[in-house]
Amino acid sequence: MLFFSFFKTLVNHEVTVELKNDISVRGTLKSVDQYLNIKLDDISVVEEMKYPHLSSVKNVFIRGSVVRYVHLPANAVDTPLLEDATRREASQAASKAKQSSS
Amino acid sequence: MENLNLHDAGPPGPPPPGQHPPQNLGMPPPVPQLPPQMFTTAAQLLDLTDKKLMVALRDGRKLIGVLRSWDQFGNLVLQDTIERLFVQNLYADIERGLFLVRGENVSLLGEIDLDKDDYVPPPFQQADVEKVFALRKAENAMNKKLDKSKQKKLAAFGFEGEHHGEAIL
Repeated sequence: MLFFSFFKTLVNHEVTVELKNDISVRGTLKSVDQYLNIKLDDISVVEEMKYPHLSSVKNVFIRGSVVRYVHLPANAVDTPLLEDATRREASQAASKAKQSSS
Repeated sequence: MENLNLHDAGPPGPPPPGQHPPQNLGMPPPVPQLPPQMFTTAAQLLDLTDKKLMVALRDGRKLIGVLRSWDQFGNLVLQDTIERLFVQNLYADIERGLFLVRGENVSLLGEIDLDKDDYVPPPFQQADVEKVFALRKAENAMNKKLDKSKQKKLAAFGFEGEHHGEAIL
């Protein structure tokens, strides 16, 4: 769930989503859900002439399972906070594992 | 989606991750969060309902139709669907009708800007379905062959391809 929460903090930032079929779509992150499906607004497609089917499209819903990378704006990411959250999640997972084994 | 709207507070229950229970003193204060029902598949698809969409499937097909129904898996019902084939500088539309698309086959779907409805950028020209279909078939066979040899070379280095020899466009 950490990445879900993380992406929620990036709403309204410009991101570029690279798909497994090599299409890269840049747009404003509007929404994300538990499967990391992504909704982008005001999109522009890198190498647009290669993908003519996207030229009349203004916003996209991208299925999480087809995403290869999400390029993030560096200044929108609070790395120490993310590190903290990761440690917290890891320790929570560890204590949960301990509880269930005892 | 029990008639929640985006301004309602979230349901009571365990706080979502990222919000901390009060005993977590010394932790950074929680970031103010948007209501959680904004961040569901349902909320994302809800405002696309009854809109004209372009759906790109995992096998490279492009469907254009009106979204009539959907569920949390991204299964879709499309009405008055056409399939648009692109090849070289040509395209053609094939009338397909009603579609129920299983969610796993969807790669991307986009709302068509009605101001730019059916706009296809200049070098592309509409052509005969038969002609485009034949060209498409030839190109697919070619791509498949190229992809196969690429996968073979990669496999020699111990890589396993993402698309398992299936050309994706």
